[in-house]
Amino acid sequence: MKQLFDRDTWIEIFQSIRKNRLRTFLTMIGVFIGIYIYIGLSGAANGLQNGFEREFKTIARNSMFVWAQQTSMPYSGFKTGRQIQLKLSDAETLKKQIPEIEAIAPRNVQGIFGSNPGVITRGLKSGNYSVFGDFPEFTKIATKRIYDGGRFINDEDIEQERKVCVIGERTQKELFDDEENPIGGYIEIDGVNFQVVGVHKFAGGGPFDNDSDIFIPFTTFRKLYNTGENVSWFTIAAYDDANVIEVEKDIKATLRRIHQTHPQDEKAIGSFNLGEMFNKIFGFSDGLIFLSLVVGIATILAGVIGIGNILLISVKERTKELGVRRALGATPGEVRNQIIIEALVLTLLAGIIGIILGAATLKLIDSLTGGGDFPYTNPTVPIPYVLGSLMLMIILGILIGLIPAQRAVSIRPIDALREE
Amino acid sequence: MIEIKDLHKSYRMGSNSLHVLKGINFSVEDGELVAIMGSSGSGKSTLLNILGMLDVADSGSYHLDGVPIKDLSETKAAQYRNKFLGFIFQSFNLINYKNAIENVALPLYYQRIGRKERQEKALKYLERVGLKQWATHLPSELSGGQKQRVAIARAMAAEPKVLLADEPTGALDSTTSYEVMDLIQKINDEGNTILVVTHEEDIAHMCKRIVHLKDGVIVEDKMVEQVRAAQYVQ
Repeated sequence: MKQLFDRDTWIEIFQSIRKNRLRTFLTMIGVFIGIYIYIGLSGAANGLQNGFEREFKTIARNSMFVWAQQTSMPYSGFKTGRQIQLKLSDAETLKKQIPEIEAIAPRNVQGIFGSNPGVITRGLKSGNYSVFGDFPEFTKIATKRIYDGGRFINDEDIEQERKVCVIGERTQKELFDDEENPIGGYIEIDGVNFQVVGVHKFAGGGPFDNDSDIFIPFTTFRKLYNTGENVSWFTIAAYDDANVIEVEKDIKATLRRIHQTHPQDEKAIGSFNLGEMFNKIFGFSDGLIFLSLVVGIATILAGVIGIGNILLISVKERTKELGVRRALGATPGEVRNQIIIEALVLTLLAGIIGIILGAATLKLIDSLTGGGDFPYTNPTVPIPYVLGSLMLMIILGILIGLIPAQRAVSIRPIDALREE
Repeated sequence: MIEIKDLHKSYRMGSNSLHVLKGINFSVEDGELVAIMGSSGSGKSTLLNILGMLDVADSGSYHLDGVPIKDLSETKAAQYRNKFLGFIFQSFNLINYKNAIENVALPLYYQRIGRKERQEKALKYLERVGLKQWATHLPSELSGGQKQRVAIARAMAAEPKVLLADEPTGALDSTTSYEVMDLIQKINDEGNTILVVTHEEDIAHMCKRIVHLKDGVIVEDKMVEQVRAAQYVQ
């Protein structure tokens, strides 16, 4: 141990490392490449995961859409091909019966799925835009970023069937002048005046989202379009720890029961499970991170073995020198420690250079891809992983150093000196 | 200084056993300059290796300065070598990536002497062998004679009880050989005990005593009139 903190030990080691630059370089290259690949790959995998997270941060990870279709089996006296209609009361039932549901937002829309879009007019300007009937719950599932000064639909809007709306960025541009504040202004939706309470920033993420979408209270929507208790589809979020696939099954089973369709009729209720898709995407990037760990460790291992190998050769080369040192009074312990510390220094030096260059490469990739559409953000390797790989290198370096060190000690000084 | 009684050593070569030393009795007093002579295979190198604790005898006793040299661990042997013995080799055995002063200071490093003191001592011994101005030169920049002088300085730096020289002039031409012997004689004049293994008659006669080995036994052990090497050195 004392040897480790002795300046002379280090001078000895650096002299012998410097003695043969080519050897030192070749020795280090394996470990260097190993850690470089590990940092690069795992940073890239992390960047990809961060990118996915950024892309989908506007929508709850465990969310799904459920809608009604036509039955494909006769059941309970109904013939096949019956159109199912979801009702507002279904939401209550679902929430009551399936505790894994965190939020459920019944939604209606005018403008997609074949219905005519709303005709929106303001003064002399007019346009066709999709109009959604929404509950405030919707924002618990898909975040709507509202510009300063505005808000989304709230509970009072629902209760009082207020004629208020949240418009999209594009709608604002097309209906309002540049310097005009749309909040508080009025627009006409299919002949009825609505007051604008907010402008949402288009973020994407969910299907059918558009930068021109107009949101109005669900209760106002059903009066305007005479939809009564009907619901086009439910947007549902399950709790984070719930199994989304199971929850989806439960929901569909419950809906089939409510609407008296055959329990095996898969066609009656349609659904799209975002959670499942997210799990696949994040499973993919998790897999990449794991893969980079395995590849990185394997390459580091190969590199360290390379160091051991070259040190073995170098011990053979230095047989005579080591013999002279032993004759001059170096104890076997001192010789052993010197070789081990050499292995360790080479490993660590290569590792640190690899980490630095790996980080620089990640930085470069980041600056090249930054801001683009490609889901790739902030490619970093967590510090514990970096420290972990350094620890791994220290341990492996010492272990691999033991082999040439033992070889060096096992050579008797007399044999070493005799070798010409 | 050195006491050897009934020393035996044999080497095993496969199924054959080669009896190299067959009962050596031998002692060296303080301040002697002894030449060990013999043809190759006579056992002179084996004897020197045992004296240098690089090899161990099969039987017999060896005392160095009153200390029994017996059943030494590698670590203990290394410490004794460092404390008691200075080695001079035929092929110099300088470490090629260390300069002259670093080579001389190496045994002092293993004695755990501080850096500054090491440098001072090493320089002092380099000066004694006349190579002070070559202190920062690498071995590759030195001539054979200079290398051997650096090696002698290195052997002396640890201030050992005995200097062991294995064919110190074997790799040198006769002029440089005499220079080296002149240096060895001067060191001996200062009271150091030196053993020189050689097969050259003229080198042997520059010592004070010649021990002749043949087939593993001492066949002759005589005091000789020392020939001074200085007369051959310009």
